[in-house]
Amino acid sequence: MTTFLALLARDLRLSLRHGSDTLAALLFFLVAAALFPLAIGPAPETLGRIAPGIVWVCALLAALLPLDRLFGADLEDGSLDLLLLSGLPASAVAAAKALAHWLVTGVPLLLAAGPLAIMLRMPDEAIPALLLGLLPGTVVLSLLGTAGAALVLGARRGGVLLPLLVLPLTAPVLIFGVAAADAASGGLSPRPHLLLLAALCAAALPLCPLAAGAGLRSAVE
Amino acid sequence: MFAGLSFAVPAGGALVLTGPNGSGKSTLLRLLAGLARPEAGRLLWDGADTLADLPAHAARLRYLGHQDAVKPGLTVAENLHFWGGSDAIRRALAAVDLLRLADLPARMLSAGQKRRLAIARLVLTPAPLWLLDEPTLGLDAASVARVGALLAAHRAGGGMVVAATHLPLPLADAAALSLAPAPQTTQ
Repeated sequence: MTTFLALLARDLRLSLRHGSDTLAALLFFLVAAALFPLAIGPAPETLGRIAPGIVWVCALLAALLPLDRLFGADLEDGSLDLLLLSGLPASAVAAAKALAHWLVTGVPLLLAAGPLAIMLRMPDEAIPALLLGLLPGTVVLSLLGTAGAALVLGARRGGVLLPLLVLPLTAPVLIFGVAAADAASGGLSPRPHLLLLAALCAAALPLCPLAAGAGLRSAVE
Repeated sequence: MFAGLSFAVPAGGALVLTGPNGSGKSTLLRLLAGLARPEAGRLLWDGADTLADLPAHAARLRYLGHQDAVKPGLTVAENLHFWGGSDAIRRALAAVDLLRLADLPARMLSAGQKRRLAIARLVLTPAPLWLLDEPTLGLDAASVARVGALLAAHRAGGGMVVAATHLPLPLADAAALSLAPAPQTTQ
């Protein structure tokens, strides 16, 4: 556990030192979402109707941005060998990386999603459902992304392969996340959708680190 | 890569791997570390199979690859934070004569200094087996002598060393294992 926290602290410190990389995902999220009112016009009824979809799709794409460097830098400079020899199982190394990705990318996206939803004229009653859905949603995105990043590690053109691999897997998260916000704005209960999102999160929590750990082991061989 | 290879390293012993480029020295070290898996054969520690419990095996070895694994964005001391406490870091940096550079960003280090920082990682916390891939590459004579002192102290405490090298290493009475060039395979 101490080693796990030490690895998490190391990754957070590295992200802090490379602040521009860390901020890039958040800025991408804001800029991409801000393009929609320009493209489809500022009419509140249209914009408010599709705002949950905009926020979710932009969050999904922004969470992908830092993934190709999640293990890439460590593989290139030999750190990954040492991390796998640190006494932690490979799946725990992957879990620490996923947690670091969520803290550095997922949490800022979550914090920015509220103001963004207001900017897109989303109905007030739907905003809590959107944010409640994004909470498990961003965790699942980090976990799936970590598994994908570990699997394409060492592959030629891994950066292109990664979204092709991860984006289809995120479809259920997107569907239930947007459905929760839509249900809330239509006066229905978002609860079933949020519960399904939580279930996805509960399934991804043990499975994704295991898959990512296997990917890491085969990448260093 | 190689077959029919069998050797044992006793406590306090040292084994130097030699052989031309591409003969499998680094691969053998990675096998010993558990990073790569052998196609056939066994790797035993006190008679027990190491491949059955890789994290436990990893905890008793220190691996120095041919890459230094130094993060340029962190300071010299921060590069070691993951591996040990601050007292151990000061001692390890003093052992490789980097203590006065402890707060410098690692991107300012020269190649030899980065190598010494990677070597400092070995001495941070004790582990019985050191696997070294070209440990003295790029080091000056004084640093090589310091590495020799570290290796001698490690072996005096019952530690084992397996090193792959082209350069003469400061290792007294080490056993040598010469790997033959890899056979040309035709498909």
